Amino acid sequence: MDTSEEVHYNERDLAAKSFKAFLLKSSSKTNLNLYDHLAQLLTKVMDESPEDVVETFEDMSQEVKRAGLQNTQSTLRDTTPISTATVLAEQQRALFSRKAGEDPAHEEYLVKTPLPNVPELAFYLEQAGVGLGEEEMHRVFLALKELVDTQPLQRCRFWGKILGSESNYFVAEGEFQEGGGEEDETAEEEARKSEHRVDDLEAVAEHTVNLLQKSADKSMPVVPMEDKGTGANKYTYFVCREPGMPWVRLPSVTPAQIIAARQICKFFTGRLDAPIASSPPFPGNEANYLRAQIARISASTQVSPLGFYQFAEEEGEEDEETPRYSLEENPDFEGIPVSEMAESLSTWVHHVPHILEQGRCVWVDLAEKPEELVEEEEGDEDREDEPDKPEAEVGPPLLTPVSEDAEINKTPSWTAKMSSTLVSQFAIAVLRSNLWPGAYSFAFKKKFENIYVGWGLKFTGEGYNPPAPPPTQQAYPSGPEITEDLEVGLKEKQGVKSTLEEQREEEESEEAEGEEEEEKEEEGEEEEEEGAGEAEEEEREENEEDED
Amino acid sequence: MDSDSLRYSLDLVSGCGLTLSCEQRAALQTSLLILKRNYKFSRVLFWGKILGLRSDYFIAHGITEDEMRNRKTLYSFNCVDWHLLPPVTEAQLAEVSLLKEHFKGDPSYEYEHTETRGLDEGDEAVVEEITVKMTEETRLAATVFNIDREVSVVPRGAFIKTPSGRVQVNRCFEGLSESEARKLSSYLHFSEPQHLKKKTILETADLNPSIDFLDNLSEDTPKGSWSLQFERGSISVLRSLLWLGLTFFHVPMTPQHGYIYMGDGMKNHYLPFML
Repeated sequence: MDTSEEVHYNERDLAAKSFKAFLLKSSSKTNLNLYDHLAQLLTKVMDESPEDVVETFEDMSQEVKRAGLQNTQSTLRDTTPISTATVLAEQQRALFSRKAGEDPAHEEYLVKTPLPNVPELAFYLEQAGVGLGEEEMHRVFLALKELVDTQPLQRCRFWGKILGSESNYFVAEGEFQEGGGEEDETAEEEARKSEHRVDDLEAVAEHTVNLLQKSADKSMPVVPMEDKGTGANKYTYFVCREPGMPWVRLPSVTPAQIIAARQICKFFTGRLDAPIASSPPFPGNEANYLRAQIARISASTQVSPLGFYQFAEEEGEEDEETPRYSLEENPDFEGIPVSEMAESLSTWVHHVPHILEQGRCVWVDLAEKPEELVEEEEGDEDREDEPDKPEAEVGPPLLTPVSEDAEINKTPSWTAKMSSTLVSQFAIAVLRSNLWPGAYSFAFKKKFENIYVGWGLKFTGEGYNPPAPPPTQQAYPSGPEITEDLEVGLKEKQGVKSTLEEQREEEESEEAEGEEEEEKEEEGEEEEEEGAGEAEEEEREENEEDED
Repeated sequence: MDSDSLRYSLDLVSGCGLTLSCEQRAALQTSLLILKRNYKFSRVLFWGKILGLRSDYFIAHGITEDEMRNRKTLYSFNCVDWHLLPPVTEAQLAEVSLLKEHFKGDPSYEYEHTETRGLDEGDEAVVEEITVKMTEETRLAATVFNIDREVSVVPRGAFIKTPSGRVQVNRCFEGLSESEARKLSSYLHFSEPQHLKKKTILETADLNPSIDFLDNLSEDTPKGSWSLQFERGSISVLRSLLWLGLTFFHVPMTPQHGYIYMGDGMKNHYLPFML
């Protein structure tokens, strides 16, 4: 009948629907439900049609479940690690952006800018076989531009690059305008004050030392630093790690640092505040050592063609002994032919003053001291060894040709050659230093330039020998008052002993005692006695007994 | 470094200050190809430049089948005409370390160096004079060999050793990753291994015999004789402090690598004082 069939159909429909609802019920542990799972599984079987599917059915079921789970687990976002390259690129990007105040239409063609023409320098240096790579030199150029914009420099030059074990230094040399560079004056004043303080302390120290009689400690007076703008401190140096990073100004160099730098041989690490552990100890950290090496390299290897610079004419009579330091460009310089420059070393001259043994360019006489110290000097017997007035050190005067430099191992300390033998009309003359490997100079008609790219170490020839440490200082001066005189002491003890013996013999003569006991007592006394000459005393005791 | 990619590689290595001029590069490109054909090399590498007082030497390596053995070394003054260097003996290698002068630039120059050593034989002190005589050509060959043996560098995985013992370039080398390139242990010496045989089995358990058949750089003494830097942010540059002038570069995640020596050819014996 229809109704029963309809009822039956309804019941079956209802059962099917409830079963489907049951299948769609999500599991309490995961969000899966059996309906979806079976649908996915059967779709997979349909797609893949594997062999013996009934055997692998359970594995397939697990795979489907696992595949479903992976999507929901990645709630973590992948962050791309920031590499150092991108950090550096961000900093260097600032090099390429034009500053806000500049107007390209307002080009200052007439004003002479202190910025050097680095691309031209790179072009010539490449012919010489020296260089840092085109793009790198261009970055250096832009970094120098930034330096010139921020600091009031009158002249600026790319000095070179010093390699270090952890990172390198790009060095720029700058000469401040009149009255410029005031930020660092406070630092320099402090340095000078500390020197004065040290001088005062040393005066006090010397006084107390003289009160305590003689001491072998000779406290050397501190050689004063050269003023900013003169001598070894004529130029200020700025360093940076990579072009684009901020320029750091190096402190001025003191003569003590130069003297110490001459005795040590160390690699640079690349961190300006790294300590220098060396023997003899270097007064300062890596920034000071770097500055001292730069000063030495500049003094030894900065050269120019003969005639490019001339001595400036000064008014008034000059004492012939005082060396002249003021140079100016020679407007009549014609340029020396390149072949001549490549062959003879006398066409190149130094234009940076030589650093004397003292560590300065201008000799300072340390014997001129305030009166109190002079009196102490006269009273101090240790100073008799030194001459009263040390001789003034004289170095080779400015503008001496390079051919007169000292030789190393019987070879000249410079090598000159032409950059190309195939095309000599346009070749340049290249000068290379053998004493400071890495110092190069080139000259072409009226242009010349110096550069240093290297490790900052001098060529030591036979080898570097660290100086021996100074002899150990004596704790006290040895003299007759302090040392114990063995002879006198012995006699005194023997004197005491003989009186004691006489007393004992008197006592013993009263008592009847054998010689053995006497010996025992005396030996016991001998053991109790301390001091030098014990063995001698025993021998003498035995001799006396034998005599007895 | 490979003569095919010379221009590009030189740019990466020039952080040390020395490069080749344009004329020299152009001459090298032509002459190295001719060299390759004449000597039937499979690869020609430009090894570097040794500075001499009068003229500089340009050195090239020619490789036949095996990358490491039977390498021929050639030198030139003008990058055009190349001359073969003679093979060296062990005695010559030891003697060359006594010479402490610059290279003169003349291959026929004879060095004479006498060293006096005092030997104590019993109660007597005998002074022995050792005279070393060597031509500059031999000194050059010995120096090149020494440098290769002590400080040549390749990244780990760039060369593989086949079971027959032949060393060849690994064509599947994709470069070291950024983090691997920062570790000194990812670089190997490209010469006969000396420390490898002394390693215990425990240490060699992690090594792959086809890749790790060379000495690792991190086992060099003294520690600190290598300067590992990342120039321009991403290029890994290794500089040796033992032989000043050897520079190795590698661009991470690419198979580009190479090393070059540009210097005066003298070993830095005083390295421990300088560290």
